[in-house]
Amino acid sequence: MSQAKSASIMDSRILIPAVGAAFKKLNPRTLSKNPVMFVVATVSVLTTVLFLRDLAAGNGNLGFSFQINVWLWFTVLFANFAEAVAEGRGKAQADSLRKARTETQAKLLSGSDRTQYKMVAGTSLKVGDVVLVEPGDIIPSDGEVIEGVASVNEAAITGESAPVIRESGGDRSAVTGGTQVLSDWIRVRITAAAGSTFLDRMISLVEGAERQKTPNEIALNILLAGMTLIFVLATATIPSFAIYAGGSIPIIILVALFVTLIPTTIGALLSAIGIAGMDRLVRFNVLAMSGRAVEAAGDVDTLLLDKTGTITLGNRQATSFRPVRGVSEQDLADAAQLASLADETPEGRSIVVLAKEKYAIRGRDMASLKATFVPFTAQTRMSGVDLEGSQIRKGAVDAVLAYVGSGTMPVSGNAAIAVSPQSDIVRELQAIADEIAKAGGTPLAVARDGKLLGVVQLKDIVKGGIRERFSELRRMGIRTVMITGDNPMTAAAIAAEAGVDDFLAQATPENKLTLIREEQAKGKLVAMCGDGTNDAPALAQADVGVAMNTGTVAAREAGNMVDLDSDPTKLIEIVEIGKQLLMTRGALTTFSIANDIAKYFAIIPAMFLTFYPQLGVLNIMGLATPQSAILSAIIFNALIIVVLIPLSLKGVKYRAIGAGALLSRNLLVYGLGGIIVPFIGIKAIDMIITAIGLA
Amino acid sequence: MTLNGWLQILLYCGIIIALVKPLGGYMTRVFSGERTFLSPVLVPIERGLYAVAGTSEREDQHWTAYAFSLLMFNLFGVIVLYAMMRLQAGLPYNPAGMAAVPPELSFNTAVSFVSNTNWQNYGGESTMSYLTQMMGLNVQNFVSAATGMAIAVGLIRAFSRASGKAIGNFWVDMTRATLYILLPICIVLTLVYVYLGVPQTLGPYVEATTLEGAKQTIALGPVASQLAIKMLGTNGGGFFNANSAHPFENPNAISNLIQMLSIFAIGAGFTNVFGRMVGNQRQGWAILASMGVLFVVGVGITYWAEASGNPLMHQLGLAGGNMEGKEVRFGVAMSSLFAVITTAASCGAVNAMHGSFTALGGLIPLINMQLGEVIVGGVGAGFYGIILFIIVAVFVAGLMVGRTPEYLGKKIEAKEMKMAVLAILCLPLAMLVFTAIAAVLPSAVASIGTAGPHGFSEILYAYTSAAANNGSAFGGLTGNTPWYNVTLGIGMLMGRFLVIIPALAIAGSLVAKKTVPASAGTFPTDGPLFVGLLVGTILIVGGLTFMPALALGPVVEHLVMIAGQTF
Repeated sequence: MSQAKSASIMDSRILIPAVGAAFKKLNPRTLSKNPVMFVVATVSVLTTVLFLRDLAAGNGNLGFSFQINVWLWFTVLFANFAEAVAEGRGKAQADSLRKARTETQAKLLSGSDRTQYKMVAGTSLKVGDVVLVEPGDIIPSDGEVIEGVASVNEAAITGESAPVIRESGGDRSAVTGGTQVLSDWIRVRITAAAGSTFLDRMISLVEGAERQKTPNEIALNILLAGMTLIFVLATATIPSFAIYAGGSIPIIILVALFVTLIPTTIGALLSAIGIAGMDRLVRFNVLAMSGRAVEAAGDVDTLLLDKTGTITLGNRQATSFRPVRGVSEQDLADAAQLASLADETPEGRSIVVLAKEKYAIRGRDMASLKATFVPFTAQTRMSGVDLEGSQIRKGAVDAVLAYVGSGTMPVSGNAAIAVSPQSDIVRELQAIADEIAKAGGTPLAVARDGKLLGVVQLKDIVKGGIRERFSELRRMGIRTVMITGDNPMTAAAIAAEAGVDDFLAQATPENKLTLIREEQAKGKLVAMCGDGTNDAPALAQADVGVAMNTGTVAAREAGNMVDLDSDPTKLIEIVEIGKQLLMTRGALTTFSIANDIAKYFAIIPAMFLTFYPQLGVLNIMGLATPQSAILSAIIFNALIIVVLIPLSLKGVKYRAIGAGALLSRNLLVYGLGGIIVPFIGIKAIDMIITAIGLA
Repeated sequence: MTLNGWLQILLYCGIIIALVKPLGGYMTRVFSGERTFLSPVLVPIERGLYAVAGTSEREDQHWTAYAFSLLMFNLFGVIVLYAMMRLQAGLPYNPAGMAAVPPELSFNTAVSFVSNTNWQNYGGESTMSYLTQMMGLNVQNFVSAATGMAIAVGLIRAFSRASGKAIGNFWVDMTRATLYILLPICIVLTLVYVYLGVPQTLGPYVEATTLEGAKQTIALGPVASQLAIKMLGTNGGGFFNANSAHPFENPNAISNLIQMLSIFAIGAGFTNVFGRMVGNQRQGWAILASMGVLFVVGVGITYWAEASGNPLMHQLGLAGGNMEGKEVRFGVAMSSLFAVITTAASCGAVNAMHGSFTALGGLIPLINMQLGEVIVGGVGAGFYGIILFIIVAVFVAGLMVGRTPEYLGKKIEAKEMKMAVLAILCLPLAMLVFTAIAAVLPSAVASIGTAGPHGFSEILYAYTSAAANNGSAFGGLTGNTPWYNVTLGIGMLMGRFLVIIPALAIAGSLVAKKTVPASAGTFPTDGPLFVGLLVGTILIVGGLTFMPALALGPVVEHLVMIAGQTF
């Protein structure tokens, strides 16, 4: 997230409507969802009635009780305001998105010719329709780029103004409705029907049905309600103690003590924290189906990551040519390059590139060579090229050996050249292949006219910086498991290079599911991401299943989160957001409870001063008068809510420094800080209100 | 304060720490049903008891069955004890011819002994027959202690078992606690006390002629046997009215030391039982360390306050510490230490009059009880009490490391939080609400012995002691009135059973959960960080509630004393 977005907390477009919303939320039905603030509102009503009675009768210290009343109501309003600001941030986005959705026109293509299209309303598009999007056009709905590459401005969703590249075939083929193409053109196949697009879901997420309380939130609410009840007992018994001591205490002061003691700070900010947590995910282009899933993300113990695209770059790249004896590297490179000329796969292209870089073999024109391309099929597991009088094949080692060893060429024409499978060359080739596999590479055998030439070494390129991320995860206490279809030898080599804790080689949907169940049986929470239909069972079984937006419908329905960018490394950020959410709640609860010590020191001496003046020694802050002391405490209590709104929206920063260190850090900042800050704050407020003569 | 005083305090702490491991190891074997050196003798007795009761050690109970057994057993205890007191005039072993105990006092006393409180609105030597003392009160001294231990063991199993349903068998746990732990130690201690000069007789009171020629009745009885369990089971109910300040109930410094050690021994040992059962003794040591920090600070304050004495007395030329209400044979240091121990644990035996302590010296015993007696605490009760605070502490701290809070791999969720809050809430409810009513009820106020803030402390102390199941009295307050007999009785019931049931409910909920393996993401609960966190939570969550009441009692009394005002 960029700094620009964090600063948007102070956006007046959010703040001004939030003020109005703060008053609207005084509705008792809305307030009753928040037990702590409901109690504050109830006692505020009580003191307001008492104030009006005193006003009518003209007795009592009206100026003082008026101010207390005002600050009591401010406490409630500030809480409402915090919630409204949190909601407003998402709402502002949703509003602009809704505009985009309704006004979009789409260029619906009927054939492959991109000049033949008709204009239709964006909302009328169906799944499977293919549309053309050109510079300046708004992408009408969620979809997948099937042709072309374009730079897209996704600011409407992500708030990030720097354009992103969306292209066919790669990781970044998904486009989101409501975003705008800036340059070039793309053909997009629509993947979401009107009403179920990202926009629609985001809108319903922010404005839609009631936000469900998450399990930890419920437990925390119980604790807060319990603390509130304890302080009901602590304050409600004071009048009788005072009567015993021969004094009496005005109700307004008891209410002031009560409201400052109960955990109003966390009570006021609790729902804002929850909303902001969801909002952070949305800004990360991740849609969580429930708050429960976000919380579960913070608890994840085991992370299953697909090798391809997550740990390694999506494409394997050719790194060297390893000829068998009697063949030169140049020959092998030449043959491999010819076989790959028409091969559009990333592996094929990388062979052409390597041949050019290392052996200066230029690109050749297929047509002038009179060559026909033999594409890869699942049966032959080879691809290649047929030249005049010559055949070149490349493919998996066993496939090529089978092809060579069969003694017959799969295409007719030339005389077959038999090669004995037992020959030295075969053994040598296998040795090379094994060596490559052990090092984490993939061997690709090349044969020409039934004669083995050598092996092209394809290597998985581990993404830059991924090792550091895994060690960070380890410090967070999360175990990473790499999932790959490779053989165990290759998998082990890549796992070691990437620094994952464990790997599952030759993964099948079944053993993926088994792995998840085994981890869960040990009491661990498992997160994984997936995109294919065969990932669906595992996604459903995982505690946090992140489906890629580019993935199949089955996968998306099985997961409890959808990543719009289809970026599997995001799991790491999702975990951090989950942790941040919990930490913010914990930190503000600690702060809120720790505040009580200073408040006691402000109010107790003030409250009992008339009949036990000796208790004045407890006024260690040296507050000016009993009235100013009580007023300062209640003002501090209300203002601290406003002061902490930015923190509750941004969240307490998570650091992967180990739980012990993190806890001592947070205890120091929010626990010890929570004890000290109110002493300073109350004293400062006391000085101000004394100076301006409010008390 | 003197060096000698501090050395004695250190010696005490050192012996307790040395006892933790052997006692913890022995108790672990007992509650796990493993063989001990007493098994050859006790196993047949144990089996026989189960056969008579129709249960078996292989029969495990769900927490509801466990709680139901416990409640029925305690209800039965109250009824039997009540009946025995009402009928004692007609029952044997009544050489002093004690009359029937009045109904309210019988209710109060029955509840008091069943709930391990041992609040005494009567003087033992002038109210109870030998039969009532031995077969009634003393039996409850054993089984109320065993009940507390059973609950603690049930709760420990909730952590040591995973994905289970049952938390053990109440009858088995209670029988083992009595048979293998309480009885053998008490038999030894009784003999030691007799050796040290404590009477043990069924003979009648002795008539003596004093130097002035007056007749004096010297009360005797089976004192030593009751004394042993009174301390070991943290019951605290004295055979004599003067409790352990009476020379026959605490003859000398050695008996005093043994008594103080008995109070903490089992409670401290339980932290080790916990550590052993969950497979990491450091977990137990961390809990004991938290208790230790609070204990040493409390001892320090009380000892300092008592040794400093009363400035008003100093002005009158009476130098030295505050000796009012203290036995000369124990002195300031051992009286202060005893007072802090007896209130930290839920014992309630006294060797000095707490009401005669200085205001700050008496503040610590009050706070100890208000914190729920989790500083070592009553046998078993202190352990399940501190677990409630651990749940709250771990919950807030767990959130702060970004995970669903867990303790020893068990997730702390809404249900545990609800039960912990309920249990923590019931103490201020009983302590503050009854005090608030009594403070304005003329008939209740009439019972106090001293005007002003000290009188308020007397009321506050009484309800605090009752609800915390401590049983020590501040003195001064006339407790044997219908109002106090009934309300203190209710307070004791609330403080005992409204904590026990939630604690067992937590056990039932936790035992069913999986144990999540620890990782770098879970914060360690066996180090100094956890100790600090737990101490902070106990003080803030447990203590803040009582700030206003304490300000109006001991705190203002102290400030007024400094200002030179007396009541």
